[in-house]
Amino acid sequence: MILIFMVEAIITNKRNVRDPEGETIHRFLVLRRGYNSVKGIRTGKYLLFNVEASNPDEALSKVKEICEKLRIYNPIVHDIEVRLRA
Amino acid sequence: MHKVAIIKFPGTNCDEDVLWVVKSVVGLNADIVWYKDFSLDTWDAVIIPGGFSFGDWLRAGAIAARTRAIEELSKVLDYGIPVLGICNGFQVLVEAGLLPGALLPNESGKFICRWVRVKVERPRGPWLRLVNDGDVLNMPIAHAEGRYYVDEDTYNSLIIKSPLLRYVNGYNFNGSSYDIAGVATPDGLVLGLMPHPERASEDVVAPRGFKASGKVIFESLARSLKEGW
Repeated sequence: MILIFMVEAIITNKRNVRDPEGETIHRFLVLRRGYNSVKGIRTGKYLLFNVEASNPDEALSKVKEICEKLRIYNPIVHDIEVRLRA
Repeated sequence: MHKVAIIKFPGTNCDEDVLWVVKSVVGLNADIVWYKDFSLDTWDAVIIPGGFSFGDWLRAGAIAARTRAIEELSKVLDYGIPVLGICNGFQVLVEAGLLPGALLPNESGKFICRWVRVKVERPRGPWLRLVNDGDVLNMPIAHAEGRYYVDEDTYNSLIIKSPLLRYVNGYNFNGSSYDIAGVATPDGLVLGLMPHPERASEDVVAPRGFKASGKVIFESLARSLKEGW
């Protein structure tokens, strides 16, 4: 049976690549209001794929393949997390 | 006569300026080529001009880099055809893996448009033939994603041996690592840079205190196509 799966891809800068937007939100919004337990914020990009597949693993591996082959993320500067939407 | 291709994507907007300089200022034969019609065979040099190809969606240059036109360009290294990427064209070349590193959103998060000074190191190849080591060129930048990033290993093993354009102290407005404004392949055949040489090729466009010195890049190409490099 063919089903539609929702697969998320979340792209953030690698740890050693600065993210000025996240730094600014952290420093000037969150820490200024006293939320000192927040030790860091990273911003990123979010993509939601609607994929036809016969099982969740197939949908996941299809999206992973797309992200690598079409360079949806840039491996030089980005980390990517691909996961099924809960 | 030698022919230069200027590749146009949806959203490219510096193609006419580049065409003007290559044809009317430097006197080469050139055409603007729609990306779907581009093939490598008929050209002696290729320029990818600035703009916002495919609206800069996903990342600047990321979608253009996966078109057939740019995939075909990766053959230039075998063909020995000079390739120049200006601004968005530079972003396309790094996204395509033809040049090392990556270009990230400016540190300020803003679009920056102003004149800068860049110093040329190890000039080699068709685009920098008439430039001397240490020459300072004045050109404008105009971009939102020009923060060049390269890791330390790649910098030490590759970049430091290749032709390089570096923002002079005080002109690195986008936060590029190692003040890098432009990089080339070690032989200088493929060059990418964020500043716009085509907007700095006639004195009339240079603001007070700056010299329009981008023309030398196109003059270098003209000389190189005639006499080799």
